[in-house]
Amino acid sequence: MKDEITRDERIDNLKGMGCSRKRVEDARFTQGKGNYVDDVKLDGMLFGDFVRSPYAHARITNIDSAAALEVPGVLAVLTAKDLEPLGLHWMPTLAGDKQMVLADGKVLFQGQEVAFVVAEDRYAAADGIEAVEVDYEELPVIVDPFESLKSDVILREDTVDENGRPTDGAHGPRNHPNHIFTWEAGDKAPTEEVLANAEIVAEESMYYHRTHPCPLETCGCVASMDKVNGKLTLWGTFQAPHAIRTIVSLISGIEEHNIRVISPDIGGGFGNKVGAYPGYVCSVVASIVTGKPVKWIEDRMDNLMTTAFARDYWMKGKISATKEGKITGLHCHVTADHGGFDACADPTKFPAGFMNICTGSYDIPTAYLAVDGVYTNKAPGGVSYRCSFRVTEAVYFIERMIEVLAIKLNMDAAELRRINFIKKEQFPYKAALGWEYDSGDYHTAWDKALKTVDYEGLRAEQAQRVEDFKAGKTRKLMGIGLSFFTEIVGAGPVKNCDILGLGMFDSCEIRIHPTGSAIARLGTISQGQGHATTFAQILASEIGLPADSITIEEGDTDTAPYGLGTYGSRSTPVAGAATAMAGRKIRAKAQMIAAYLLEVHDNDVEFDVDRFVVKGAPERFKTMKEVAFAAYNQAIPGIEPGLEAVSYYDPPNMTYPFGAYVCVMDIDVDTGVPDIRRFYALDDCGTRINPMIIEGQVHGGLTEALAVALGQEIAYDDMGNCKTGTLMDFFLPTAWEVPNYETDYTVTPSPHHPIGAKGVGESPHVGGVPCFSNAVQDAFRAFGNTHTNMPHDHWRIWKTANELGLHD
Amino acid sequence: MIPAAFEYYRPKDIEGVLAILEQHGDDARVMAGGHSLIPMMKLRMADVPHLIDLQDVGGLSGIEVTGDSIRLGALVTQAQIIDSAELTRAAPILREAALQIADPQVRYMGTIGGNVANGDPGNDMPGLMQCLDASFSLIGPDGAREVAARDFYEAAYMTDREDDEVLTAVTLPLPQGGYAYEKQKRKIGDYATAAAAVQITGQGGTCTSASIAMTNLSDTPIFSEDAGEALVGTTVDDAAIKAAMAAMLGDIDPTEDNRGPVAFKKHVAGVILRRAITRAWSRA
Ligand SMILES: Cc1cc2nc3c(=O)[nH]c(=O)nc-3n(C[C@H](O)[C@H](O)[C@H](O)COP(=O)(O)OP(=O)(O)OC[C@H]3O[C@@H](n4cnc5c(N)ncnc54)[C@H](O)[C@@H]3O)c2cc1C
Repeated sequence: MKDEITRDERIDNLKGMGCSRKRVEDARFTQGKGNYVDDVKLDGMLFGDFVRSPYAHARITNIDSAAALEVPGVLAVLTAKDLEPLGLHWMPTLAGDKQMVLADGKVLFQGQEVAFVVAEDRYAAADGIEAVEVDYEELPVIVDPFESLKSDVILREDTVDENGRPTDGAHGPRNHPNHIFTWEAGDKAPTEEVLANAEIVAEESMYYHRTHPCPLETCGCVASMDKVNGKLTLWGTFQAPHAIRTIVSLISGIEEHNIRVISPDIGGGFGNKVGAYPGYVCSVVASIVTGKPVKWIEDRMDNLMTTAFARDYWMKGKISATKEGKITGLHCHVTADHGGFDACADPTKFPAGFMNICTGSYDIPTAYLAVDGVYTNKAPGGVSYRCSFRVTEAVYFIERMIEVLAIKLNMDAAELRRINFIKKEQFPYKAALGWEYDSGDYHTAWDKALKTVDYEGLRAEQAQRVEDFKAGKTRKLMGIGLSFFTEIVGAGPVKNCDILGLGMFDSCEIRIHPTGSAIARLGTISQGQGHATTFAQILASEIGLPADSITIEEGDTDTAPYGLGTYGSRSTPVAGAATAMAGRKIRAKAQMIAAYLLEVHDNDVEFDVDRFVVKGAPERFKTMKEVAFAAYNQAIPGIEPGLEAVSYYDPPNMTYPFGAYVCVMDIDVDTGVPDIRRFYALDDCGTRINPMIIEGQVHGGLTEALAVALGQEIAYDDMGNCKTGTLMDFFLPTAWEVPNYETDYTVTPSPHHPIGAKGVGESPHVGGVPCFSNAVQDAFRAFGNTHTNMPHDHWRIWKTANELGLHD
Repeated sequence: MIPAAFEYYRPKDIEGVLAILEQHGDDARVMAGGHSLIPMMKLRMADVPHLIDLQDVGGLSGIEVTGDSIRLGALVTQAQIIDSAELTRAAPILREAALQIADPQVRYMGTIGGNVANGDPGNDMPGLMQCLDASFSLIGPDGAREVAARDFYEAAYMTDREDDEVLTAVTLPLPQGGYAYEKQKRKIGDYATAAAAVQITGQGGTCTSASIAMTNLSDTPIFSEDAGEALVGTTVDDAAIKAAMAAMLGDIDPTEDNRGPVAFKKHVAGVILRRAITRAWSRA
């Protein structure tokens, strides 16, 4: 046979790894043809919605549903009393705590679910909600975690013994009724000793405010119990459909094979859709009770005020160094506000997530971290909003501590970073707080970033600006924000990562069809990341069939292999690895078939792009397409028919993407308005599968970083009223507020990942937040600022300027 | 966010509107673009059992520019204000202000009548209309009347308009001289942290008249006569601007909210006014 096209053309035709292949999902998304959970419409479907508490802390003395049941279209009103006989009035959280499904005698946060009104449609449900009468007896409200730990108001009576003393929690002893856990990493005494004897110690307290992932599509589900065959089908906005199936089975007693969970298209998750919510439980119960499908969809206020917030960490740091700036020790204490229930979505053994990555990209020999979780009268959650578990908090902490130390040392913050980076030859690097970083080349990335933005030129310009400001020639200051981050993603090795006992492996199952096309199913679920595009590219390169001939399917637990879902940038590191490994199994079998067809020994053929060639005789080959056909139509001795494979991948380690970001900002001192002039983002996510998708992820992650740094918060007043429950006050930037991002990269593959990829979806958020924040803070450095808390909205920036005496 | 049930009416003429208003009293309300009213209904902060859509009512639209005045029908949208070349020539401040309201989608629906009748201190048009000394035409069961914009606003959501009256048009004298509408907001689509409307005339380098109004800094728009006075007869130098700022600060009464505390708002109000005066004067 003669080749009509070149080898390079054959590679291009596959649209495999490295190709900026257009997203196959976009044809439907851009035409409004997506299929989201609210698009699921079933015969006779009912709608359920919640009566929610207007109070942040109150006892419920009575719930009267009589008038609601009179409202036309209202069929039922469920309360905790109805769920109690089923044992479903409380449910377990992912963090080992439990949470009320419906208020069991009291409420602990504003917006808490009190009763579930089931009606013929959502309009009748809304009217029914208005008609339910609930008698509340207000209780003292605690919105401050420090006050909570001193208060004699017990928020959770279910967590104390008869003497009011705290019982042990899921993570050990508790020292106060409102205390949830203490979690430690590193060495306390040695760290304290290093700090006590250090030449230089910088200290800072910082509050990483509460915010919210706010996906475009809110949370929701449709539960449909088929009483004839005993099967429950549950469609929902689930970032982890298999885990949801197992949890539903465990808490409802329905056997797992009788439950089918389907995540259809999901309109963004960012961590908000990892947990289990009362709406899911109530919909399932309502479907069982009524025998009809029941839909529950949050509105925007429900979403912002009740499902899964992020952050809310009060962090106290101490960092020590030599006079030359070599860091010798790091101490961090966190008071973590978890709200009324501990519903964090972290691997079970990590109640503060991977906060212990807080030594960052630096070679810090000694460190200690302690985190105290606290109950308050705020909504539960504590999810990882576009980051691996608490990594945004960790990176913000260290990138602020570096800046604070630079100020103390009167040193350039870029140089301080450079002299403390872990060196290329130190990888794999064992960090003081326990992690083993897989690979990195920080100096190269940093130098490239600083050179591209002309860092020295920027500093010179900034110095001139300060002079001009002092001379009254301008009212604008210039800030240069730096950040260098190391993430920890791809949870994770089953030996230390599980959620409720489910190991955090992931999976891929591939079926090759006779005509040389394929379907692959994974245990993950895309929420906009473009899995159908990128996973097909991995496979295309691994098995030599064009990506366009490979369907990727996720989200249906009846068809997809078991996996732990998509969050914490784990899809590529874990399921992507499973995909490559399953592809290699396909290739191994295909090689035997090809050898048989070519009448040579298995070892005498080798894989080349899209075919197996006889070694030394490249004109003799069988394409993968031909092999696929042979797998189904030839009786090959010793080989089963068909061409399928499945892989469950237990990663040997996490992956550690990193990056170098620079932001240049002009700040109007009089109005507090920042203007982002430039943003440069260099990401190293190891092997790059689809550069266009990476760039899209970086743009999105940076925009969410800008939001969080510059204004996005969930704020409460003293009475526990949420002040930011609508998009009028909860800051979602539009194209108008967003600067032009410059993206760049280096490539340092992960040594333990089959294709060397590390994951990128969350890096820009993790690195972006400190970068924007550092830019604001840096603008005021010349005037004595060391630290101010985010969010840097107009009035807080103005306040900084005001307190520094910059207004006349 | 689902409104309570309501009856929907779409009368063809103003008599039809007035008849429904008369029949249902407080329970009936007119709707123009619906972009303030519908959100309030969805939040169940406004209860409107009888909703009267004005879209088909004749005589409420159209922009008329004559030798000395401008008439805007109540249903003229913010987008139409932005798109009208004739209006922009006659009163460029209207376009400059309208472009700072919400976003294009809202501006296609939101009307001048709804914006000035709404009574929300966050709305931009009321302050602007006070600056331009506009008057509002109202019609009710007792006939038609005119109210000056400067006399119209009583408190948040409280205006001189009776519940059974409909606003049919906004009329303003042709603005003279330089102008500026300056607004600080947190993002596109946001109401003002502080906004200032300035229209100013001068002769031989001396200010001959100045009109100043502020938005979202009290529970009504604030027409600051004293601030304008402070500029008249001056060369609009730093001292005069400072005097105008001080006068304005004496008239406003901001409250703390998510946009910031009172001290911040006052400071920003001053800065915004200074910028508006400077820009307007440079165009005079
Ligand atoms: C996201 C968003 C952002 C916005 N941002 C801004 C902003 O920055 N600045 C700003 O000024 N506005 C803003 N708005 C409001 C918008 O401009 C509104 O459309 C406008 O305020 C009201 O006009 P409308 O025609 O929609 O009135 P409607 O919502 O229909 O009515 C508002 C009120 O006025 C009454 N009303 C309406 N027409 C008449 C009439 N002819 N006679 C008597 N009463 C009448 C109604 O009964 C109702 O009480 C925003 C709105 C949204 C949704």
